[in-house]
Amino acid sequence: MATLLQVKGLKTQFFTQDGVVNAVNAIDFDLNEGETLGIVGESGCGKSVSVLSLMRLIPSPPGRVVGGEAWFQGRDLIKMDMEEIRSVRGNKIAMIFQDPMTSLNPVLTIYQQVSEALELHLGMDKRQSRKRTIELLDLVRIPAAANRIDDYPHQFSGGMRQRVMIAMGLSCNPQLLIADEPTTALDVTIQAQITDLVRQLKQEIGMAVIWITHDLGIIAGLADRVNVMYAGSIVESADVKDLYADPRHPYTLGLLHSIPRLDAERKTRLTPIEGLPPDLIDMPPGCSFAPRCRFAMEKCLTETPALETVARRHTVACWVDVTGGKR
Amino acid sequence: MAETEILLQVQDLKMWFPITQGIVVQHHTGDIKAVDGLSFFIRQGETLGLVGESGCGKSTTGRAILQLYRPTGGDVYFQGQNLTKLKGEPLRLMRRQMQMIFQDPYASLNPRMTVGDIVGEPLEVHNVARGRELRERVMDLLEDVGLNRYFVNRYPHEFSGGQRQRIGVARALAVGPKFIVCDEPISALDVSIQAQIINLLEEMQQKYHLTYLFIAHDLSVVRHISDRVAVMYLGKIVELATRDQLYFDGRHPYTKALLSAVPIPDPAVEEKRQRIILTGDVPSPANPPKGCHFHTRCPVKITGTCDVTDPEFKDIGNLHWVACHRVS
Repeated sequence: MATLLQVKGLKTQFFTQDGVVNAVNAIDFDLNEGETLGIVGESGCGKSVSVLSLMRLIPSPPGRVVGGEAWFQGRDLIKMDMEEIRSVRGNKIAMIFQDPMTSLNPVLTIYQQVSEALELHLGMDKRQSRKRTIELLDLVRIPAAANRIDDYPHQFSGGMRQRVMIAMGLSCNPQLLIADEPTTALDVTIQAQITDLVRQLKQEIGMAVIWITHDLGIIAGLADRVNVMYAGSIVESADVKDLYADPRHPYTLGLLHSIPRLDAERKTRLTPIEGLPPDLIDMPPGCSFAPRCRFAMEKCLTETPALETVARRHTVACWVDVTGGKR
Repeated sequence: MAETEILLQVQDLKMWFPITQGIVVQHHTGDIKAVDGLSFFIRQGETLGLVGESGCGKSTTGRAILQLYRPTGGDVYFQGQNLTKLKGEPLRLMRRQMQMIFQDPYASLNPRMTVGDIVGEPLEVHNVARGRELRERVMDLLEDVGLNRYFVNRYPHEFSGGQRQRIGVARALAVGPKFIVCDEPISALDVSIQAQIINLLEEMQQKYHLTYLFIAHDLSVVRHISDRVAVMYLGKIVELATRDQLYFDGRHPYTKALLSAVPIPDPAVEEKRQRIILTGDVPSPANPPKGCHFHTRCPVKITGTCDVTDPEFKDIGNLHWVACHRVS
């Protein structure tokens, strides 16, 4: 499979009154064509900022991409000028956001919002874009799309608004769809509808997907590969089956153990990860997870581990071998 | 489980919010039936989980039980006393027995009050303690919930979400209640912090023999913490059973769909799973469907029955209640 996106050393900082926030600390990852990559982590770990950096959507000031490259179809997204990136955004790379209630414009009709990209990127006229908008709404299973195209967002439910967002994302047949916690604001039955829809669409259209979430459950059923992020860095990256069957980073292990599972034997007590994520302005030296890590050794507090390959297509940034072997 | 004393009995609880029209004269044009005829009981020392999607009336149920809303109809018996008939001083005294933990730890703590004042306020209101004694008591409570006792002079903004929720727990525990309504206490927290708060709630339950009504939308968490679970849909309980009955032998089609929609963090399991994907959205509680409220989305509905008559909420044996025409 050909590589679609290659990110190298991406580093994003926010320059605030309190100091420099290290939101994304030199991350590397690849994405193949048609592949689904899950990015998992807690709030503030840099998962959204990393993709917003790729899309060049970091508000500046205070934020800035201070280093790194992101090669997409032979071109570096980070070095593009505004006009070039605008021709990629919404066209070759589309994005859907977390909150469907606030990411649609309440004073424009659904047609006006979905057709905008069609007219801008594909140069369609009104008649063509109207026809295509109805097709897209059908594609995301909005019932009676032709009748609802002139409705306003408030006439749609949360799940349907997220479908409209997906329709907008798909409008220009993107090679890459970035979904930033698209189901977090939705109920569990609606979430199942949306994940099911994306899974089907992916097969029909064959685009690559980056799916950002804090929910390890969703990723298990959706992704091919997973990056686990903590405090601005990727701490573990693996194929989805390897990650769940053979987690190697103490943080990944901790996450998997701290959530109750619907299908497992009920435990009397959960095993939480003690403590809090670090302050991104004042990062601890060494491994950023060390203060919360039950495996931490002296070395962890002083030296930062780099991502190293531990198995096929499986990299971990940790000094400790949690499986008990030697490193 | 040994039969223990019933602490709270709810009978045909209704909470309707009026819909009005008109600017000068308000005409009553309809009702949002947020809670529409719930009956259940909670035993001393147990945790009843209440699950359902947003807008199904689970939070309203919690508030109507505590008389934060005065119910439109029905009775709530707490230790044999009918709370809906109480008002003024007798009701205020009952509040010492019943407390609440809220969802959003950022909105439920007054940013201008110190932690000491927040946790101490219920003690003052109910004349439990004052002065030096009150301060000692507050410090003990903070220690109880896993915070440093010298945090009393700090303000809420100095704490993380998980720590704030601990403050909320301390406040609820301050007056020594018997019964606590936990209204989505972990939904606003990060995954790694959620387990800390769940463990804390369980520890406190054991230590102080508390009874919980645990409201949540996360079925995995509810399964972990509850002894019995009630599933709500559009203002009604559709199924109520012990944890294992519900999770292994759920009878209502909505319960089954809800359980199958929960993602499981294991790709091998996810691959093989058969999902029941419900079509459509939850209808509006202002205008609920006729007959069974769930029939518009139900994969096994009987036309002519489910869309005409409302199924009875009945015990199918072993205190397992279901409201469905398909289940007998």
